[in-house]
Order: sequence, then structure tokens, then C-alpha cells
Amino acid sequence: MVVQALIDQGVDTVFGYPGGAVLPIYDEIFQQNSIKHILVRHEQGAVHAAEGYARATGKPGVCLVTSGPGATNAVTGLTDALMDSIPIVVLTGQVPTFMIGSDAFQEADTVGITRPCTKHNWLVKETDKLSGVIHEAFHVATAGRPGPVLIDIPKDVQFATGTYETLKPSTSHYQPQVKGDMEAITELVAAIETAKRPIFYTGGGVINSGPGASQLLRELVDATGFPITSTLMGLGSYPASGKHWMGMLGMHGLYEANMAMHDCDLMINIGARFDDRITGRIDAFSPKSKKAHIDIDPSSINKVIKADIPIVGDVGHVLEDILKVWKSRGRKTNQSALAQWWSKIEEWKSVDCLKFTQTGKTIKPQHALARLEALTKDHDRYICTEVGQHQMWAAQYLNFEDPNRWMTSGGLGTMGYGFPASIGVQMGHPEALVINVAGEASWLMNMQELGTAMQFNLPVKQFILNNERLGMVRQWQELLHGERYSHSWSESLPDFVKLAEAFGAKGIICSDPDDLDDAIMEMINHDGPVLFDCLVEKHENCFPMIPSGKAHNEMLLGEADTQGVIDAKGSVLV
Amino acid sequence: MSALKIKKGATSHSAYNLRPTFSDVEERHTLAVLVENEPGVLARVIGLFSGRGYNIESLTVAEVDHTGHLSRITIVTLGTPQVIEQIKAQLGRIVSVHEVHDLTVEGPSVERELAMFKVTGQGDKRVEALRLADIFRANVVDSTLESFVFEITGAPDKIDAFADLMRPLGLAEVARTGVAALPRGD
Ligand SMILES: Cc1ncc(C[n+]2csc(CCOP(=O)(O)OP(=O)(O)O)c2C)c(N)n1
Ligand SMILES: [Mg+2]
Repeated sequence: MVVQALIDQGVDTVFGYPGGAVLPIYDEIFQQNSIKHILVRHEQGAVHAAEGYARATGKPGVCLVTSGPGATNAVTGLTDALMDSIPIVVLTGQVPTFMIGSDAFQEADTVGITRPCTKHNWLVKETDKLSGVIHEAFHVATAGRPGPVLIDIPKDVQFATGTYETLKPSTSHYQPQVKGDMEAITELVAAIETAKRPIFYTGGGVINSGPGASQLLRELVDATGFPITSTLMGLGSYPASGKHWMGMLGMHGLYEANMAMHDCDLMINIGARFDDRITGRIDAFSPKSKKAHIDIDPSSINKVIKADIPIVGDVGHVLEDILKVWKSRGRKTNQSALAQWWSKIEEWKSVDCLKFTQTGKTIKPQHALARLEALTKDHDRYICTEVGQHQMWAAQYLNFEDPNRWMTSGGLGTMGYGFPASIGVQMGHPEALVINVAGEASWLMNMQELGTAMQFNLPVKQFILNNERLGMVRQWQELLHGERYSHSWSESLPDFVKLAEAFGAKGIICSDPDDLDDAIMEMINHDGPVLFDCLVEKHENCFPMIPSGKAHNEMLLGEADTQGVIDAKGSVLV
Repeated sequence: MSALKIKKGATSHSAYNLRPTFSDVEERHTLAVLVENEPGVLARVIGLFSGRGYNIESLTVAEVDHTGHLSRITIVTLGTPQVIEQIKAQLGRIVSVHEVHDLTVEGPSVERELAMFKVTGQGDKRVEALRLADIFRANVVDSTLESFVFEITGAPDKIDAFADLMRPLGLAEVARTGVAALPRGD
């Protein structure tokens, strides 16, 4: 019944790990060929893989894990998916209904534990309800603001036979509003027509709304000629090569993007949520602007920053209406003011905040990424990352031309996300070049998945920027804690080449800038998983940086700016 | 590189204290939340309040529509206008929640609470307790030679006032149901 419901939902891939409480479902899986099951090496890996698959394909990712420890191992992935609004459906086994509450072997209160880290969850106690709940789960995971859902299925419910409910159009009371209020949309269009210093600030919501939304965004940006910046989660919705692109904003965003956010007079937030990594000090956040906020989740609006023009609706629908109204009113913008605004932006751009010089015999991490970009940009390429400095450098130095090609853990910042996510992406796009830009410490958190990559012939490339440090932690300790580097060393690191070989994969080590291009080419050309150990400068800091508790125009651009920058008030912030 | 030193104790404040709010004035709001009557739904609502640090002054819940499987949760909460708006939006996001009404702003409403008070004592105090109970239209639902149990319904401040009067007269135990509320008129 479970497998039938999944097939009817169009599921082709399930990431999972078996155990006593899900044996009946695994038995069903054994006896069919429509669904591919990817055996991971740890349940956290299954959830991140499903997230990667979902982000790269736009379809919900599916996981199947056992009760007790299987379910608790999935919790980090669920929380990650909730924070980043990723649609995934997790099926967990549970002890039989008559044993629930008895502290049975491998019993855990799975719906209780996962209630705060799922969009919704169900414990199904009757077999007749099972298929209906599975269909409803897919609806809830994907409708409105997407998110993770979990279905807990006791073993006796799996064994029993019941009536199967076929897939019908959803009758659920859960039907989030997708069309924006026309009055508010017209108000926004009027603001667009007169704005002197406008800016589009876009986020993951554009990507979640589907490729059509990115298309409409491009049309609107190019037609109005307004500058655009994006959060970490929204990269790719507007192409990095686009004329109006200013680069990422936020704590490690580009100088021009943050300065423009600070000085703008009209901010159009599309599918972003004024996260604290973006706003910096709230009372100094873009003080002179009128703020429009488009979001499908009403709770995002006015949560952090008061919106002057709130629009609740799906980004795609709202963008379509904005374009329609703006065109019908004669496609007006304030041309002369815009020209002045752009010349100001060009001034900020000329600071060239990402410049670096590769000198000497040690590879700078920025250089490694610039070369990776140059050598892979013409490929059908998908990028995942782990969490840390390398993640921020990847966002800064790699260019994204299309949505769904950038998979990173934004809201939760989960070390160990990238490797399993890359496995999920490769499952969704078997022919593509899938690269995980990793830090050595993060990568070790889910390194066991190398077994999965080998078993299923998934040629994922693990590009490790190895600074032998918990680099981001070290950077904060340098700036905030008087260079007292408490436990931010990566001690006793493995020999990554030998580690790869132990799994039967290919290992490459590179420490000389002169060898870098050849080594990267060797990685790309190898047909199979590669572990690339790129030894980089150990104490490089990630700039620009807006220190916690500071405003957008108080950015640090380089080492020279770092003297005594973070005051006591800022240091309590994370 | 950076010579920055943080003074000891400088980081004792929570980061959340630094968050500015739109208006500092806290308001009391009564929310009526219609939810799917299913296992765990109350935990979802309560978990939202504890997880996000909202206040619950009182909470009542019971099934109100058996055929429609709906329960009504009445929550009295305290917060700044921005927080109250957040609470309503966050409640609305819960998949099992059908409707959220803010009775405090949606027009006039009536609020009632039921309470029981056990008052122990002898002599004058006992007589006085009985006399006051009569004024407050409280009923005696149990009595012994040394105690009464009063039952009283009313708006929460009436019950507070009754409690204040009973305290010096030998108030031994209190049970309150929390507020139930409905909008007035149609
Ligand atoms: C699971 C988890 N634990 C701890 C952290 C805190 N943290 C953030 S970045 C970081 C260091 C990451 O080191 P590495 O993966 O080597 O990346 P680098 O910063 O050196 O590029 C740590 C420990 C986290 N984000 N996730
Ligand atoms: Mg590192």
C-alpha cells in the first residue's frame, strides 16, 4: 500500500535505511521495480540526500527509516528542511500500536520529537487511513511554503491489509493563498514607477515557487532596470551574468549589495525573510526605504521588519500580476534618478570587494574557487556546500546562472549537509557534474556516505578546501575572542587520498597553485566519486563581513579593518 | 591580529534582549482557535507558545463540533502588538488549525470563567464568607462544619476580586477553568 501510494505520487527515488519496524515496507520495495531505493549509511544522510534531490529537481524528496534511532537520526535533516522550506516526506516505522507507550524495543515518541521540526506529522493507527494520509502528506509538503512532513507507521499497520484510496485532487482544508491582493500590488507598482533608488532583494522563495517565477523575475528586473541582490538561498534565480546583478547580500555579502540595501528608497523583498544574517543591526537596517514584502507565509511578514506594502501570495503569481499592472500603466520608471543610482552603485562596485592576490606557493581558497569556477562553468553543473568559510567563498566566487543549481544549508547551517545532498542531486541528475564544496571538518561529519556514492556509482566530486581549521569558528575567535583559538583546530585529520582509496574511490591531493588546474581537470574527468583534498591557506579570513550587531554600512572589507570592531553588545549575537 | 578583548561578564545578556520591538506596550488578547480534533493538536499549539517564547495567561480546550471534528481553544495571551500579530500568523500556519479569531479586536465579546474555592474556618469568618458569596452570586456546592466549596462564574476580574476577599477568610484551595469567550451579537 505504501509503495503504491508513492508510485501514484510520482516518486522514483527513496533514500532510506531499514530496520525491524519497517521490514514490511522493505519487503514491498523488494518486490517491485518502479522505485529505486538508495541505501544510505546514516539516516541523517538520507534526509539531506532527499533535500538535495528536492532542491535540484523541484520534486519532493522521500525517505524511509526505521523507528527509534532511525527516526531520531533524521531529526537534524528535518530541522534543516524546515528552516530552508524544502519539501520532503519522511516515512518512519513505529512499534506496533498495541505496544506504543510501553518503552518497547526501539520505541521513540517520533511524532512528539519531530512536531517542532516538521511542517506537519501524522501517526497512522489504521491501515484504511494510510494511503489517504500519504497523499495528504505530499500535498502539505509542497503546498504553500514547502517543508518537511513525517508519517509514523506502526508495524502492525504496515502488515494489515486495508482499502487503498487512489489519488484525487486534494480536499484538504489546507489551501494556502497564492494570489496576491491586487490593491497592494497596484500600490507597489506605483512605488516602482517613482522610486529613485530601488532594489530587488530576493530569496529562496523565488526558487521554491518554481522555474516560472525565476523567469518572471528576470523579465521584471530587466524591464525596470532595477538592481537586484539575493540571499544565500536565492542564488541563481537571477543570473550572475545578468546586467543588473549585484551579487549576494548579508553578513558575507558584497559591498555594493549591502551599501545599496542601506541607501535604497524602495526595497522589494521577494520571497526572502529578513533573516538576521541579512539585516545586521535591525534599527539601522535600510533606514530610508519603503519596504514591500512578498511572501507566501503570512507569518514572515512583519516578523522582523515592518513592511509598508505587505503582499501575501506565491511569488510566481504575484510577479505575474505586478508585470501585468506595470505594463498596463505604461511601463514607467524614474529614468533619470535610476541613472544616478546606478552610477552610485558603480562607484561601490569599483571597490572590488572580492579582490585577492594569489601569491606564493600556498593556494588561497578564493583562488581555488575561482579556478573551479573557470574550469566548470560550461558544464551542466550543480553545486552543494557544507557549512563554514568555504560555503561563503563558494557563494561569492562561483556564479549561478539558473535556479535549482545551488544546494546549501542556510537557515540551520548544518555541517555534514553537503556530501549527502550531492548524492541526492546526482540521483536527480545522473549525467550532470555535481560538486560539493566542503571544509575538511564538515565533510568528516557525514563521510560514511562515500560508501553510498560507491555502491550506486554516483560520480559526486568532493572538493575539500582543507585549512586544517574549523575556519569560520577560528575567524570569530580571532575577531571576537582575542585570538584564543579554543578547539578550532582540525586535529588528527585522515589522509584523504588513502581514505578515498579505502572505499575504492579516487583521491587527489593538491597543495601547489601551479598544479591546481590539472588537478581540477583530473577530478572532472574521472568517472566516479572523487575526494579532492585541496590544501589551502590556513588563516585566511572571509571578507567582506558585517560583524554581528553592526549595520550594512559598517562592513569590514579586509584585515586592515578588523581592529576592535565588535563591541561587547555585538559579541553576544551569533 | 585583532587586539580586541571582551570584558568578563560583558556577554551575560541574551542576544534576544537586543531585539527592538515596534511598540513596548503589552496588550492582553483573547484568541479563539478552531482546530481539527486530532491527537497532538493541543501539543502543537502549546509547543508553538513555548518554542517561540510567547505568554499563555490561560488556555481552555474542548470539542465543540463532533461531526466536523472541531475543537475550540481559547487562549488569553499577553504581548506587544507585533508579537500578537506574530502569534496569530504562527497559529494560522499550523496545518491542523482551521480558523484564528482575535476576539479582542474583532468587536465586543463576552468572557467567562468558572472557579471553585475551598474556604475553611469557623465562627464569624465562616459567616462573612457565606455573606460575600451571596453578593458575588457564588453557589455553595459542598459544605462541612468547617469548610465550604463555592462555585462562581464570571469575568476573570470578578473571580480575582472574589479570591482577594476569600483569602483572609481562610481560602484553602482554588481551581479555575480558564477563560471561555464568544463574540457578542451575530
Ligand atoms: C553540526 C554543526 N556543528 C557545529 C557548527 C558550528 N560551525 C560553523 S562553521 C564551523 C567550522 C567548519 O569547519 P570546516 O568544515 O573545516 O569549514 P571552514 O570554515 O574551515 O571552511 C563550525 C564548527 C555547525 N555549523 N554545524
Ligand atoms: Mg576547515
